[in-house]
Order: sequence, then C-alpha cells, then structure tokens
Amino acid sequence: MLIGGYRIPAMASLVVWAIVWEIVGRADLTLLIPPLSATLVRLAEIAGTESFWEAVGITARTFAAGSAVAILVGVPVGILMGRVPLLDRLLLPWVNVFISAPLSALVPVIMAIFGFGETTIVLTVVLFAIWIVILDARAGTQSISPSLVEMARVYGASRWQAFSKIYVLSALPEILTGIRLGLLRAVKGVIIGQLLVSVVGFGRLFEIYSSNFLMEHMWAMLIVLFGLAFLIDTLLGAIERRVDYFAGSRN
Amino acid sequence: MITTLPAGSAGMPPSAHPGRFGDGIPAAAAPDGIVEVRGISKTYGGGVEALNNISLTFPEGALTSLLGPSGCGKTTLLKIIAGLVAPTAGEILVKGRRVTGPGPERSFVFQDFALMPWATVLRNAAFGLELRGVARSEREAVAERYIEAVGLKGFEHKYPHELSGGMRQRVGLARALAVNADVVMMDEPFSAVDEQTRRRFQEDLLRLVAQERKTFLFVTHSIEEAVYVSNRIVLLSRRPSRVQRIIEIDLPRDGDPDRIRRHPDYLDTVEDIWQGLRHYVE
Ligand SMILES: Nc1ncnc2c1ncn2[C@@H]1O[C@H](COP(=O)(O)OP(=O)(O)OP(=O)(O)O)[C@@H](O)[C@H]1O
Ligand SMILES: [Mg+2]
Repeated sequence: MLIGGYRIPAMASLVVWAIVWEIVGRADLTLLIPPLSATLVRLAEIAGTESFWEAVGITARTFAAGSAVAILVGVPVGILMGRVPLLDRLLLPWVNVFISAPLSALVPVIMAIFGFGETTIVLTVVLFAIWIVILDARAGTQSISPSLVEMARVYGASRWQAFSKIYVLSALPEILTGIRLGLLRAVKGVIIGQLLVSVVGFGRLFEIYSSNFLMEHMWAMLIVLFGLAFLIDTLLGAIERRVDYFAGSRN
Repeated sequence: MITTLPAGSAGMPPSAHPGRFGDGIPAAAAPDGIVEVRGISKTYGGGVEALNNISLTFPEGALTSLLGPSGCGKTTLLKIIAGLVAPTAGEILVKGRRVTGPGPERSFVFQDFALMPWATVLRNAAFGLELRGVARSEREAVAERYIEAVGLKGFEHKYPHELSGGMRQRVGLARALAVNADVVMMDEPFSAVDEQTRRRFQEDLLRLVAQERKTFLFVTHSIEEAVYVSNRIVLLSRRPSRVQRIIEIDLPRDGDPDRIRRHPDYLDTVEDIWQGLRHYVE
C-alpha cells in the first residue's frame, strides 16, 4: 500500500488499531475495554504463572491429539469415499449434516459420556475438525485426472502403487486445504471444549477471570488465543502454497 | 510369439470391404499382424454404440494411423487395444495372446500428456520402469537416453508446468519408449500443441519410428498428419464405426521434410482421402 509516496507495510493497520484500542481504553468509556498497554502488562504477568503454562500444556496436548485423530482418520476415510461409491453414499449425508451442525451443542453430550477431563476436549477437537478433512480429501480424490489413473494402469501399477504414487499425491493440495481448515476448526474446538468443560485449562482461567470481572486478564487471554490461531493458519498456508506449486495444473 | 494367419483364413472375420473402394486392401491380407482386432464392438453404458464389429490387423514394425471423424470411436478402439476399456464383443490379440488388461508389451501416449505434475521430467519419463521395480540408477539411465532421443536433453530436472505443451508431450513419448514395449499407442498426441511445434514433432516422430523399430498405433483426425507419418492408414466411418478403407502409404521418408510435404504422392493421397470423407462432412 502506498500513502503519499511512502510504502506502508501490511502490518501497519494493526498499529493503527492498537492505538485506537489504547485511546478507547484510556478514555474510560467502558469497564469492558481496558487500555491495550495495561492488557499487555497483564499478559506478561499471566505468562509468568504456573496455571497459564498448565493451560497452554493442556491446550497443546488436546489440540495435537484431537487434530492427529481427525487427520489420521479423516484423510483415509475421505480418500475411500472418493474411490468407493457405496461408502460415499453411506457416509456423505452424515458428513454433510455434521459439517454444518452447531457442534457446540454436542459438547455437553460428550461431557455427559466422557466426563470433565481432557478426553472430552480431545473429542470436541475431533468433532470440530474431522468433517472438513474428510470432505476435502474426498473432493481431492474425485478430482484426480482420469488420464493419470489410466496412465498408472497402462504402465502396470499395482493397487498400492496407484494409491501411494498417484492418488495421495494428486489429491494432496485438497487434502492439505482440508487439513488447514480442519486445524482452524480444531482451534475453535479446543477453546470451546475448554470453555464448556470450564474446570481445566483456559476454560478454568476464563471462568475465574469472568466471574471476578478481570477484563485485562480476559483480553490478554484472547490475544494469546487469537495469536495462536493466526500463527497456525499462516504456517499451514505457507506449506500449502509450496505443495500447490508442485501439484501445478491438473490439465 | 507372432501368429501368422494366411490371407483370408477362416479365423479372420471379414473386415474392410475390398472391392467397395478401388484401392481398399483387406486388413486380413496382412500376414504378420502383431495386433489383431477381431470383431470388436463397444456399446457404452448410456447406449452409445461406438464401435460395431471392427476387425483389423496391425502389421509389425509399421506406423498405422486410425483416421476418422470426431467421435467415431478412435480413442475407444485404442483403449480397448490398450486393455483400458473392455469391449462389449470381440477380442484383441497382441503377439498372439489375448488381451485382458494392460500389459508390458504395450505402452500409451495420452492426448492430455498424463504427466505427474509433482515429478520431474526424469521421474516422469522413468515412471513405467519405476512401477516395474527397476533400480533407480538403471531406470534413470534409460530415461535419460530417451529424454535425449525426444530432444529434451537439459530439461531432466524441470517440472511439467515449466514446459510447453509440445515439450510435455515429448516427455509422454519418452516414457512410452523407455519401457521398451513392442506396441506404442498414441492418442492424438499432437492435438494439444500448436501447428509449428506439431510439424517439428511429426518430423521427430518419423526419425524415432525409424530408429526404434517398434509398432506404432497412432490416432489422429488430421488427414495431413496421418499421410505424413503413417505407413498405413485405417479410415473409420462415422459412429457406430466400421473400417471404411485401408490405405498403404509409400512415401520416401528420408530427406527433407518439406520435400515430402510437397511430394505429388503425398498431395494426391491427402486429396484422395479428403474426397472420400467429403460426403460425410457435407
Ligand atoms: N466413457 C464413455 N461413456 C459413454 N460414452 C462414451 C464414453 N467414451 C466415449 N463415449 C462416446 O463414444 C463415442 C466414441 O468416442 P471416442 O472418444 O472413442 O471417439 P474419438 O473418435 O476418439 O473422438 P475424438 O476425435 O473426438 O477424440 C462418442 O460418441 C463418445 O461420446
Ligand atoms: Mg479421441
């Protein structure tokens, strides 16, 4: 972006909004919005506490476990749905229902079955992430160029060779898009899971902060969570672009 | 093994209709066919009758073109010979053995190249050998030889998207030659490249055909292209396709390409085929 002949870096708007936040906070318009500077100070303070790192640990663990399950189950299921019409007809309606359903409403059900521990949070992550992973792996598999499939057959590929050397790599751009979107949903899942369970991790911290009306703490936590989501998205986006480059056009 | 059937033997179903056209040569007369097409019919699921009782013999070591109007079933016939599509009736023999699926004695060049976009030129060209479990150094040595033969030396480590359409098809050709199949099938290999590239490619193809001594089955809907590259042309009629006529081409293939294209025989044959096809178009 150019203003008055000067190049303005892309992140400049963040600075503008930070200043606006600071001004609004200092103007004491509402108790809900403390100044940014005070929030950052509080963030540094919280970052020194044990309960914060415990929450980070729980979040990282449940996020990793839930995402791993969603990917390791979702990708093969999606590929199979893309190649086996019968399976597709059986599963697709459910995938479509779950992908648009208000999943938060199901968390209490999981909680009722699995209790208030980390298992519930992991399952919440899976529940949020897996559907888009399945759907994109399926779409990727269906978009494999028919002539590549024929090429594999003509040159004598076994089923396993065709799967590992052609199908997976052909569908890789869509699979990675699905994983990226799945992981973003997993971020939502891990937060919502903790908030609803509310006796472990960030859920507990939020519970404490909000019941004591500690707005600076709340905002500090939100900055952490938003930052985390943004970081994951950027990382995945970068990987995806590299793969897209290799996958190129599909003719 | 090569089956040789005497001309007009009982085993050969009637094919082209000799006598209906003055210079029509019955396919069954070819003594040493490496590929035998016997009474092949194909009706697709939707009820489209693509081929109706086609019988043909493809002579060994020659380049035979299938020429016919768009949608007449050329690709279908080629894919049936390749073992990619099952015929509704009839059978294919390659080197005397009945075709039930793809086999190592046949390779295929695809109209849309069918290259793996994530693999380099070298890996693409060596892919047939990779699938057969040939050791890396060995298969890459073979692939490099054919990459050079098709005129792509220096591009081994490029990716398909870095190449022009014509160059991509050369990779497809290198892959088909690298597996050392006896029969190389090509489905309109030049249709996706521009005219200039196409001519260069046709000239290079002639050189490769002479070098490789393989049997080439070539599909095209360009009369000029068929006459320029083929030893023999099989003219197919409109759907459901039958063999309309078989034309032997005997042009002096060595020497200046432009001289071939101006050769009276070349021009006459093109005109002759065009006259024969004309009433289908009008
Ligand atoms: N998988 C399929 N299912 C149904 N019909 C098909 C299928 N493949 C081809 N056809 C039909 O069969 C006929 C012959 O098709 P084919 O592709 O063999 O023709 P072609 O001679 O190669 O044509 P072109 O010159 O356009 O490549 C066409 O009418 C086509 O629509
Ligand atoms: Mg075709």
